[in-house]
Amino acid sequence: MVNMELFSEPTLTRESVEAVIDLAKKFKKEKGRIPVFMEVCGSHTMALAKTGIKTRLKDYVHLIAGPGCPVCVTDQKSIDAMIQLSEESNTILCTFGDMMRVPGSKFTLMKAKTDGKDIRVVYSPLDSVKIAEENPDKEVIFLGIGFETTIPILALAVREATRKELKNYSIWMTTKLVEPVLRVLLSSGDVKLDGFLLPGQVSIVIGKQSYRYLAEEFDISGVITGFEPVQLLSGIYKLLHLLLEKRVKILNDYTYVVSDEGNVVAQNLIEEYLETHDEAWRGIGTIPKSGLVLKEQYALYDAKKKFKISIGEPRVTKCRCGEIVRGLITPEECVLFNKGCTPTHPIGPCMVSTEGTCAAHYHFMREV
Amino acid sequence: MQRISLAHGEGGELTHQLIQDIFIQSFGHSEQTQFDSAILAIPSQTIAVTTDSYVVKPIFFPGGNIGKLAITGTVNDLAVSGAIPHVITSGFIIEEGFPIKSLKEIVNTMAWEAERAGVNIIAGDTKVVEKGSVDGLFINTTGIGVMQKQHRLKPEAIREGDSVIISGTIGDHGVAILSARNELGLLTDVKSDCASLNHLIHELLEEIKGIRIMRDPTRGGLATALVELCEDFRITVEVDEASVPVRKDVQGACDILGYDPLYLANEGKVVIIVDSNDKQKALDILKNHEMGKDASVIGQITSCHIQSGKLLLKTAVGTTRRLNRLSGQLLPRIC
Repeated sequence: MVNMELFSEPTLTRESVEAVIDLAKKFKKEKGRIPVFMEVCGSHTMALAKTGIKTRLKDYVHLIAGPGCPVCVTDQKSIDAMIQLSEESNTILCTFGDMMRVPGSKFTLMKAKTDGKDIRVVYSPLDSVKIAEENPDKEVIFLGIGFETTIPILALAVREATRKELKNYSIWMTTKLVEPVLRVLLSSGDVKLDGFLLPGQVSIVIGKQSYRYLAEEFDISGVITGFEPVQLLSGIYKLLHLLLEKRVKILNDYTYVVSDEGNVVAQNLIEEYLETHDEAWRGIGTIPKSGLVLKEQYALYDAKKKFKISIGEPRVTKCRCGEIVRGLITPEECVLFNKGCTPTHPIGPCMVSTEGTCAAHYHFMREV
Repeated sequence: MQRISLAHGEGGELTHQLIQDIFIQSFGHSEQTQFDSAILAIPSQTIAVTTDSYVVKPIFFPGGNIGKLAITGTVNDLAVSGAIPHVITSGFIIEEGFPIKSLKEIVNTMAWEAERAGVNIIAGDTKVVEKGSVDGLFINTTGIGVMQKQHRLKPEAIREGDSVIISGTIGDHGVAILSARNELGLLTDVKSDCASLNHLIHELLEEIKGIRIMRDPTRGGLATALVELCEDFRITVEVDEASVPVRKDVQGACDILGYDPLYLANEGKVVIIVDSNDKQKALDILKNHEMGKDASVIGQITSCHIQSGKLLLKTAVGTTRRLNRLSGQLLPRIC
């Protein structure tokens, strides 16, 4: 059993910070600039801001938040669709808590719930299956968002619904895969990176080997890391070491939960129920084969096939979340940040999710 | 199972029965309640009054129920103001169909908690509304306390270097409620800290002259209570993150759900600003008491009489970040 408390021990944390700063200074002396790393995962973004690491390192290491917050990259049309579906009298919509406050074109799911629509926050897709079982006269629709971490549980929910022979359950699939979006980011050349802090939770499912393309095709290193202060600092330290030694590698710094091959059972579940599909990313656009949808034999559980609704183009705002999730700008560079857009009145999804870059800046890095 | 019907709220025989069988049984019928109003002899020129409504869901949770919460909440509001709680009134809004057994249990808990806190329940009201109009049972309580001259709090005396103390672990109530909603499936042991703190607070105020101000960090948690203190008294408070006591299982639940224990509700904790010369004495009194055994000095006042007060948190890496009020509703994150 790993003693997790060690990873947030204050003395060790402060020593780790100093070690990182020493290496970063060496890098700056050699290259004449500070290194740029991207944390792919929204939970890393939040943890780096909350622990003060981002603030402490800002003069030595540039940490950019990547596209790994599932709420932030959920296409606005999906929210509009869910709100439209909630207006049907016999539906119960189920969603994860974060989604409730993400603005659609007109309003949020929270507002729809306040207006009397039956929308429920659940902690697992399996809870929504239970709700379907308990409400046979209602159509229960789950808003299926998330990356590889959550996707296997969506497949499990479909397996459970099949086992229970439910006819009133479906998922509005809008899942995302990490590899296609990283490929798009790196190919576009919009943002110059020296390395990735790779997502701990996603890696549990897909395994270390799935990142080989970063080193082999894009000549960039990555370290899979955990979420405690010392773990995050260790990841940054190792990236700096690789840079200084001019080596390109994918390292696993989270070995007690992430294996080389990942979680094969979860991978098999995905394989059995889902297939790749072109997916729309909020603020980025459609990326070929960047999401997963239910295979044809499970079409009964695919809400997009079950309910024919027409959704218009989403309302355009001055929100720059699209550029923020691609690491092109910081939240402060958005004209709406902390003015029109706050966690209480979010305009874009990055301000909604606790994992969103703007929310992390607002809560943890605004006005020290 | 016997249930509340609309007739229980019509003011007739059934209402009478309900009052006799449940409320009078538990709360008693003192001389003070012989008229349409309770007639009180208040032994002071200065009294403290507070009112609050309780709508907690679920009504029964690990460590308490809505009735216990209604008494402790009102008692603590009076106590942290430096008042000795004397009497409480309670108004019930009950949903048609509510089990009478549950009502009895809640009322008994209230009576027991009131006795423990040394307060009398002296007036009440019962309304029954149609099914669906309320979620089971709502309770409103009003409390009256007597201000003790020697207990007068002195926020005007707050100065740089004063210490900030919390009487125990934070976030227990918030996590207990989440757990009781049965939505997590992984939490079983965390109990609400819901408790009347008036005796403990009384002892502190009797023994320590350097107490400047106290708050009970309920909704919005410790962070929101401290932000309010900072703004009200135009001070900067710096809290050391590592010294804030959080139970391991509460922290674990927060990590999983993306909550911050600093913002989770507490129902049996008090935050105290005290002259640093008195901090050890205060800590000793707290630690000697069952409800203060996990007390900790969590920070200090770093500036006073500033234009706008602020709360700062010193992180493990040595940086300082500002804490603000809870923004919006707490919602669980997804992964």
